[in-house]
Amino acid sequence: MSTTVISAAASPPRPWRDWLVQRFIYASALVAIALILLIFVFVGREALPVLTSAAVHEEVTLEQLLLPQNYGTEEVPLPYVWQPVSAKPKYSLMPLFLGTLKVTLIAMLFATPLAVLAAVYTTEFAPRWLRETVKPVVELLAGIPSVVLGFFALILLATWLQDTFGLDYRLNAINAGLALGLAVIPIIYTLAEDALTAVPDSLRRASSALGASRWQTAQRVALPAALPGIFAGIVLGFGRAIGETMIVLMASGNAAITSWDFAEPVRTLSATIAAELAEVVFGSPHYHVLFFIGTLLFAVTFVLNWLGARMVGRLRARLTGATQ
Amino acid sequence: MRWPWLDRSAVLLTALAVLLIVAMLGVVLGSIAYHGWERVTWEFLTAAPRAGMTEGGVFPAIFGTVLLVLLMTVFVGPLGVCVAIYFSEYADRESWFYRWTRQAVNNLAGVPSIVFGLFGLGFFVQFVGRGVDLAFFGGQLTYGQPALIWAALTMAVLTLPVVIVSVEEALRAVPQSYRDASYALGATKSQTVFRAVLPHAFSGVLTGGILAVSRAAGEVAPILFVGAAYFLPHLPTRLNDQFMELGYHIYVLSTQSPDVEATKPLLHATVLVLLALTFLLNLAAIAVRARLRVAARSAR
Repeated sequence: MSTTVISAAASPPRPWRDWLVQRFIYASALVAIALILLIFVFVGREALPVLTSAAVHEEVTLEQLLLPQNYGTEEVPLPYVWQPVSAKPKYSLMPLFLGTLKVTLIAMLFATPLAVLAAVYTTEFAPRWLRETVKPVVELLAGIPSVVLGFFALILLATWLQDTFGLDYRLNAINAGLALGLAVIPIIYTLAEDALTAVPDSLRRASSALGASRWQTAQRVALPAALPGIFAGIVLGFGRAIGETMIVLMASGNAAITSWDFAEPVRTLSATIAAELAEVVFGSPHYHVLFFIGTLLFAVTFVLNWLGARMVGRLRARLTGATQ
Repeated sequence: MRWPWLDRSAVLLTALAVLLIVAMLGVVLGSIAYHGWERVTWEFLTAAPRAGMTEGGVFPAIFGTVLLVLLMTVFVGPLGVCVAIYFSEYADRESWFYRWTRQAVNNLAGVPSIVFGLFGLGFFVQFVGRGVDLAFFGGQLTYGQPALIWAALTMAVLTLPVVIVSVEEALRAVPQSYRDASYALGATKSQTVFRAVLPHAFSGVLTGGILAVSRAAGEVAPILFVGAAYFLPHLPTRLNDQFMELGYHIYVLSTQSPDVEATKPLLHATVLVLLALTFLLNLAAIAVRARLRVAARSAR
């Protein structure tokens, strides 16, 4: 780096102002690190009593959160119930896990093929002007606030889905999942498009020279080369889908039901926090359980983002290796 | 070409995916614009809500949103620019500190927005706010409750990566020759960075600011517990006041209104206002960035 060489040469009689500015810049970088730690510490701090506090354990324990309990009768066993506000509060996270999984699954199944195919079209087949148009349009989709997508799903999409497919419930996992998919498409598309664009054209020309058609080139050369980037997009989109709140809060129906039926209302982890924290007593077991859920979400998305970043790194390493 | 039909159907299939995405975007925007545009009048934009949110306008919510994002910009702007300067001008790419900072910013960008809400409540309201009350107000509840300032700070943390990424991109686009020329004239490192490099990255700073404001204007989950209110008779005037906000207004009105049918027309109009706000900001950012790219290309 020529910058560092020059600055090193100019530095020996270092003026104090220069030194001060440098410290200040480093300090602000430190703030960025501190912020992510603060988030972890302060969300985790309120979640910790779930594991340690005896007062919280009188109402809810970790086993009750995760393992099957006996809330029903002999004939109708109810192993998993989320009912934090009742005479005898019941805190099973299983319905919320299942709800999150259902909504996320639909969103990913809907968004992934669409986004990847669209990225293939824009990078491999589309004329230049069309490519330059499609990208900003998808960026506009990313710019729609999630509360607006939630509103759209709540008022319009839900009615249309119910009328068209004759569903029993207006608000359900399918409705929320489709709206969530709209929020995920831009993430997967952008990363897949970046990855495909980064594939050197020399590879495509070599493939064409060997007599491959454009589809064969796209399928057997460009896509495999860009695969880590596409996976990164899927992983990061998955992370977004798990954490997204407003869309599922408005469009999913928010019933904590344990069932695999995708046409029934569901309640996700994020929506539970959003819907219940405002009314909860500060410092109560319920309050701590909601922060516990927040910590889980934070941890899961943290791991997914780390995975995604690793894949992007691998893609970069692979492609720079290919061009040399 | 052995299977030209396969080639053609592949092109058709992928083009269909693009078409479908564009069509869905069109349906979302079109339906909201169609249902809402008639009710977006001057009165709607400048009046307070009346008759249980079925008449009047959304001025307090617009006012609260603008106040929130302006205050947020004051916090996130300087910090974001400084971190971007660190990345682009000061960082030693091999150092652990660089890797940690990069990792931290990447992770910050991926934290779910509802977790920022929990953080805002747990850190800013309960910890900092309480602390301020104990230190300056004799323990009286003043800042230790949901308030405008805490919402703005929470949003600032959320939008920090947005600002950093776009300012850093602009700083990197400034040609190395500018720095070399500055050093050749005897300028120090800090003089070079702040007088020769940063002014040329101005459009990047602008883009970052616009994108951050657009993002913050559309986020609701982080401010659910940190200061947004459904209805307030007065506009917020102090930092520890609560405030009305467009996104939050839409959420409450569409999910908890006693009479959804009566509020629907105004609700559509409110959504349209929020959409128009974020879209104009996004378009502005795209335009500024496009000009930046052209300028960077011609400078090389």
